[in-house]
Amino acid sequence: MGIILDVTDLHIEFHDHDAPETAVEDFDLMLAKGEIVGIVGESGSGKSMSALAIAGLLNRHAISKTGKIMFQGQDLLTCDRKTLRSFQGDEISIIFQEPMTSLNPVKRIGWQVEEPLKIHHPEIKKAERKKRAIEMLHAVGLDNAEDVYYMYPHELSGGMRQRVMIASAMIGNPQILIADEPTTALDVTVQAQIVELLKTLNREMGTSIIFISHDLSLVSQLCERVIVMQKGNIVESGYTKDVFTHPIDSYTKKLIAAIPKIDL
Amino acid sequence: MKKISFKKIIKDPYLAIGILIMGLVLLMIIVGFFWTPYDPTKMSASEKLQGISLRHIMGTDNMGRDVFSRVMYGSRVTLLIAMGTIIIGAGLGTIIGAVTGYYGGVIDEVAMRIIDALFAFPSILLALVIVSVFGVGWMQLVVSLGIAFVPSFARIVRGEVLRCKDMDYIQNARLQGVGSLRMIFVHILPNIKGVLASSILIGFNNAVLAEAGLSYLGVGSQPPYASLGRMLSDAQQYMFTRPSYVMCPGIVIVLMVLGFAFLGEGIKRWE
Amino acid sequence: MRYTIKKLFSTFMTLIVVSLCVFLAFNVLPGDPAVRMLGLEASDELIEQTREAMGLNDPLLVRYGRWFIAFLQGDFGTSYSYKVPVAGMLLNKIPITFSLGILAFILTVLISIPMGIVTAKYENGVLDRIITVFNQIIMAIPPFFSGILITFVFGMILKVFTPGGFVSYKDDFVGFIKYLIFPSFAIAFPKISMTVKMLRGNLIDEAGKDYARTAYSRGNNTNGVLYRHVLKNAMIPVITFLGMALADMVAGSIVVEQVFSIPGISRILLTSISNRDYPVVEAIIMGIAIIVIVLNLLVDIIYRLIDPRIRIDD
Repeated sequence: MGIILDVTDLHIEFHDHDAPETAVEDFDLMLAKGEIVGIVGESGSGKSMSALAIAGLLNRHAISKTGKIMFQGQDLLTCDRKTLRSFQGDEISIIFQEPMTSLNPVKRIGWQVEEPLKIHHPEIKKAERKKRAIEMLHAVGLDNAEDVYYMYPHELSGGMRQRVMIASAMIGNPQILIADEPTTALDVTVQAQIVELLKTLNREMGTSIIFISHDLSLVSQLCERVIVMQKGNIVESGYTKDVFTHPIDSYTKKLIAAIPKIDL
Repeated sequence: MKKISFKKIIKDPYLAIGILIMGLVLLMIIVGFFWTPYDPTKMSASEKLQGISLRHIMGTDNMGRDVFSRVMYGSRVTLLIAMGTIIIGAGLGTIIGAVTGYYGGVIDEVAMRIIDALFAFPSILLALVIVSVFGVGWMQLVVSLGIAFVPSFARIVRGEVLRCKDMDYIQNARLQGVGSLRMIFVHILPNIKGVLASSILIGFNNAVLAEAGLSYLGVGSQPPYASLGRMLSDAQQYMFTRPSYVMCPGIVIVLMVLGFAFLGEGIKRWE
Repeated sequence: MRYTIKKLFSTFMTLIVVSLCVFLAFNVLPGDPAVRMLGLEASDELIEQTREAMGLNDPLLVRYGRWFIAFLQGDFGTSYSYKVPVAGMLLNKIPITFSLGILAFILTVLISIPMGIVTAKYENGVLDRIITVFNQIIMAIPPFFSGILITFVFGMILKVFTPGGFVSYKDDFVGFIKYLIFPSFAIAFPKISMTVKMLRGNLIDEAGKDYARTAYSRGNNTNGVLYRHVLKNAMIPVITFLGMALADMVAGSIVVEQVFSIPGISRILLTSISNRDYPVVEAIIMGIAIIVIVLNLLVDIIYRLIDPRIRIDD
């Protein structure tokens, strides 16, 4: 399988205060086509920062980034903004932790789901766009997709909004979907459904997924490989099975020990 | 509130500039209580409409009166009227806002209907209605403006009280049987003093503007003891012959408003 | 539909409350309107006759009802001082004051919205800093003072217009608007500054929200995020403010008309206040109150059109 994303030596530093603060250090990640990789760690471990950097969303002046994020022959850290934008929402998509606030409150769902098509494929006609949006809403498990298309975010529950976010992220059939703690804000039952949905989309559309979570058991259900992060550094990485059965790092051991065992 | 330190005040430009301007204006007003370069009402036929000079640092007016002395006096009138306005407006507004917000129910509904209607009504017109009922004069102006300022304070305080009412420690105090009045004045109001302080300063800013506008229309303090707005309406026709006569009182009004605005903004940032 | 009925009802209730307040304010005063009309030397008999004729002996609420219904029919009563119908006195003045307020409002919208967007877009840039400082100062200048300054600079030095050379809209509409432009600026200046400050703050707040990040993640550029996503959200509170500002500007016209000697309602209102000519004052206040109430209704409707979250609440 071909490698579609290659991150090497990623460093992220904040310059908001007098002394620079390091958020991520020596981050490496190789993502193969159709693969699901998990990144776990507690809050502040740098996992979300790395994800945002890959999605090209860390563009504030007070942040410095070094290293390489290679995608389709381009380094996302150094390529011009226009090239980066041409990938965003089309080849690389992201969904966030807070489905309640991640959608624009004054725009209809259909409009928001379609937006990536409008930006990246202006040649697609309006009727076709709508057809695809409704298909996508169906695909993410919203049965009344025709109605949802005309609704506003406040009319939907958190789980439904996260499905809408996924529909919008997947409508361009991206190479990579970054899921940044997509289930943290949701009920446990909804969590499981969203994880199932990601699995299905990965299988049917062949999209590679970077799944970020602090929840090891979710990661073990979904991901073939896992990266464990602590305080901005990768402390351990490998196949999920190996990491779980033979953890090397003491932090990983602690994390695994903390998983509640249901099957006992 | 955070601890007040000189260094922090200097670091915030809004607070520093506000204090500087208000310090100068207050100094001028306080000195004006004891001493003015000339008698502000003394006319002199030989010294009409003079320009800025060492003898008259703001020149003289069309009746030969010293403009600086009149500005010193006029700023005092303007500031005192603004103070009276705020005392009435913030006092009544706080009580109405606190009571309606705390008790809620029908009183709240009715009071807020009226307050909202009045709030949407331009305050200068509200003041004009009241002036036309009570008559022209500075006392009437204070009462009119005071009443016109009640709605905005009532709304702010009500909103804050509603916000505080649900906080845990208030609920606790209620469970311990603290009485309603004590609850409002001892437990809730001290919590909103920051918001109140900044609204009062913004209120001063608006009161100075409203007072100046109404005096300009001739419904405020009456000559010869003119406030700044009145001075401007007298001076207007001499704009071409003696610009300093118009500019000096005008700039003092602007400085007063700016001073209050910067202090208000500074305190808001401080919180 | 239910909303429309509810809203119309509450608007009507506000009108009743406001008109009752205005009526009571002018009718519980000491002093007999009949005496005021006839003069102090009139005989008691004549005064009693006039009181009966004016309906002053009826209960207060009956008088209010009569006054309110007459008001809705365009009968504003008779001026105490001039003994002529108030409606006729105001007919030619109201369009002038109203045009001045509206013109100031149009200037406010046209200038402040682009300026708010530019300052927010280039937050903390040189232009933003200059405009922010400038705004603080403009907000501190009362309209009548800026009016005097405008008269001095544009009227007397640059001679772009003739101070006091007001032209009626009946004679020359273009000339009328040309003359009103300068006072409109005097009225609009502080409102422009306030709107810019508010819109700038809202835009920056909204641009920091999660949905803006989502918009970037879909490949939007800065303009796309700004115009397609953030602007509408940021405008919602600004619209409420602009509605109130319009009412304020119509009222502010009264002061600025004095500066530019514009024959609107200002002069009549002020002389009526000092002569205690209550029917005239009542009519003007009620007229502006109605404008304010209608504006509030309009703002409410616009609000519901842009903010879908409110629609579902009722």
